[in-house]
Amino acid sequence: MLRLFSFTLFLAIWWIAALLVGGAKLPSPPAVLQVMIAEASSGALFLHLGATLARVALSFVLAMSLGSAIGYLMGRVKLADRLGDPWLILLLNLPALVVIVLAYIWAGLTEAAAIAAIAINKLPTAIVTLREGTRALDRSLDEMATVFAMPRWRAFRHVVLPQLSPYIAASARSGLSLVWKIVLVAELLGRPNGVGFEIGVAFQLFDTPRLLAYSLTFAAVVLVIETLLVQPFEARATRWRPRAA
Amino acid sequence: MQLEVDITGKTFRSAAGGTHEVLAPLRFAVCPGEVGVLIGPSGCGKSTMLRIILGLDSDFQGRVSRPPQARIGMVFQEPRLLPWRSVEQNVRLAAPDVTDAKLSELFRILELEAHRSHFPGELSLGLARRVALARAFAVEPDLLVLDEPLASLDDALAGRLRDEIATLVASRPVMTLLVTHSLDDAIRLGDRLFFLSPRPARIMHEVPIAIPREARGDAEIAAIKASLVHRTQNGQDGEHGGERASRDIS
Repeated sequence: MLRLFSFTLFLAIWWIAALLVGGAKLPSPPAVLQVMIAEASSGALFLHLGATLARVALSFVLAMSLGSAIGYLMGRVKLADRLGDPWLILLLNLPALVVIVLAYIWAGLTEAAAIAAIAINKLPTAIVTLREGTRALDRSLDEMATVFAMPRWRAFRHVVLPQLSPYIAASARSGLSLVWKIVLVAELLGRPNGVGFEIGVAFQLFDTPRLLAYSLTFAAVVLVIETLLVQPFEARATRWRPRAA
Repeated sequence: MQLEVDITGKTFRSAAGGTHEVLAPLRFAVCPGEVGVLIGPSGCGKSTMLRIILGLDSDFQGRVSRPPQARIGMVFQEPRLLPWRSVEQNVRLAAPDVTDAKLSELFRILELEAHRSHFPGELSLGLARRVALARAFAVEPDLLVLDEPLASLDDALAGRLRDEIATLVASRPVMTLLVTHSLDDAIRLGDRLFFLSPRPARIMHEVPIAIPREARGDAEIAAIKASLVHRTQNGQDGEHGGERASRDIS
């Protein structure tokens, strides 16, 4: 109910602002909706959305799995932490644009280059979060698992993983928004399709309704993914925790 | 096939750079079917010793030998349950081979039937301690280590759990090591009592109790207790820190 109210409020503010500013700079909600419907019925909307979503999914999975593994290693093994730390700081502070441009120069304007560049941008934050999570692991529970001679995999799954899951969820959530932001830049610079490409075209034509139609559709998709996938996972992972009032 | 502990020393390096001697040379053994009890003042190094015996700390001088394939059941001072797993899962994860019948029996004895599917965060400390006991018993251990398992339980329950521990120990040739502050628990359960000195810990007295556990009635226990108090106090006269040690155990 509250969500619906908040959404209506957003629409109302947008509409009022559109009336004040004028249609060229900020088109009204119906105008944008019209473009959405037109793009959807021609199939272009789904093609570009699909292309972008596929890139997001691939680079997100790549960055999360690699980043989690490296972060866990760096949290557990001091040597790995020492060796990896300078790289991590470099990657963390490297602007996304630099990575994308270099990837395109070195690997050509290819799909692999785009996905790798997006993944590299997300990688360091996943590493940092998971390293922190690994450092915060409860030693006394590790000892319990050792004393009871739990096999490695069982101990990892039942003792370690549940402690890491809030960190994985946090990293997934912040990572998803990061990937979503960067994927558009990568598409704008070097891909012939995707939401970023369409936005680039709309920018060159100063076609604001089209620009908004694509960005809002994608925002809606992100919202749906967040509510249907990320939040239930979090709720399940933390169901043993007493609920906050 | 017995637990032999022969520690010649353990020092601990503090953050400030100094070294502290935690354990003095000490040596004892516990045979299968026997309950060894460690009694000593707080902070004397009992926990350090347990960690060494359990194989969690290998940075010490000396030797600890236990049967190589010995299954260990441990009740830590704090319950150390997995908060994200239910009571039943907590027990089953440590003891995957436990049968349903055995598990039900344990839960019945420890009065945990109603809490099988609860999470540890929903339990009182007393209940959580009972789950920790159930977990240690469920593995059918060859070596059972109990670090103050009956602390903070009410007398009636502590008494029942004490009987359960006695039953378990009698049913299988398990080597048991009990750490306690309560002379009462020590006398009721122990076959061999080790009185430890303040830090660095060493064994001041080793007192075997000859009367079999099941034959120890209230009168026998009172008699053993009286003789122990007399004996340890005499033994400690003039010893450094002895007075504090005896106050802690009584």
